[in-house]
Amino acid sequence: MRFDAILRVATKIFLPLVLLFGLYVQFHGDYGPGGGFQAGVIVAAGFILYGLIYGLSALTRIVPPWLVETMVPLGVAIYAGTGVAGWLTGGNFLDYSRLREDVHLAQETGVFLVELGVLITVSSTMLAIFYAFAGRDRS
Amino acid sequence: MAEATIFNAEALFNMALLTGLAVLTFGIARLRNLFGVVVLASIYSFLMATVLVVLDAVDVAMTEASVGAGVSAVLLLSALHLTRMEEAKPMRSTLLPLFVAGVTGAVLVWGTLDLPDFGDPTQPIHAAGPDYLERTVPETGIANAVTSTLASYRGFDTLGETTVIFTAGIAVLVLLKRGTRRRNPKPGEGGDAL
Repeated sequence: MRFDAILRVATKIFLPLVLLFGLYVQFHGDYGPGGGFQAGVIVAAGFILYGLIYGLSALTRIVPPWLVETMVPLGVAIYAGTGVAGWLTGGNFLDYSRLREDVHLAQETGVFLVELGVLITVSSTMLAIFYAFAGRDRS
Repeated sequence: MAEATIFNAEALFNMALLTGLAVLTFGIARLRNLFGVVVLASIYSFLMATVLVVLDAVDVAMTEASVGAGVSAVLLLSALHLTRMEEAKPMRSTLLPLFVAGVTGAVLVWGTLDLPDFGDPTQPIHAAGPDYLERTVPETGIANAVTSTLASYRGFDTLGETTVIFTAGIAVLVLLKRGTRRRNPKPGEGGDAL
């Protein structure tokens, strides 16, 4: 598979589109269907596609395993940190209303941060599981 | 009159989709070739995503299509790379497992009898919906009520969901990371062989 020219070229053309679509689903979630969960899986799928065609070692050069394993807890930390920030600004845990002066702006900021946390955890978990499976040898 | 026709067409479409799901389930249970099972499971997820689109749950449909049909298929194929293509013949009689599965299924069907009717407007889940739809734009400025409910009104639930994914990821890593270090890697059969 790694030496098939059509698959290699098609992957190179598709990959930016897949990642762009992932970002669209992430940041357009306020207006259309989508959000961190869906975008996370789409972004991870893009990287996994690259790994399938170009080999695992090529993928680990772009996204090293230590980065993936750091991102898994990082996303949850960003999410919970946003909640704590709501707490520190005088509201309840995960109350975004006081993060900024304008309530709508504050809500959108909070949702943005929270969805970013979800994106990071979901995409890195998918990649981590893929690494764990693909990195194993048949025994 | 026109409304009744549309409803019937939708019901027919739903019937076709659900029948397809049932047929696929039997196929997955009967098939011994695991590659075929992965392909069927992927088709199952696509059909399920279509069912969710029909139910107007576009966000969930998107998740089902990308997780169920996309990433899961790849992960299952990666797992298949580590094992045999054919499912081994069962060593003992399958009557007892069949009985247990049948009883469990019957109990689940029995449980659904207590569920409210499909689309019953008097149920709390449908009563709360319009409330959120009205409140989301004035209170949060976010047009998509799904996002505002998920991330703001029910933010704590979503934090829990994210933690579940985190936990699942860590658990899989703990289980699979053990023994990844190979003693003598054979040429051409490393991790890149996928």
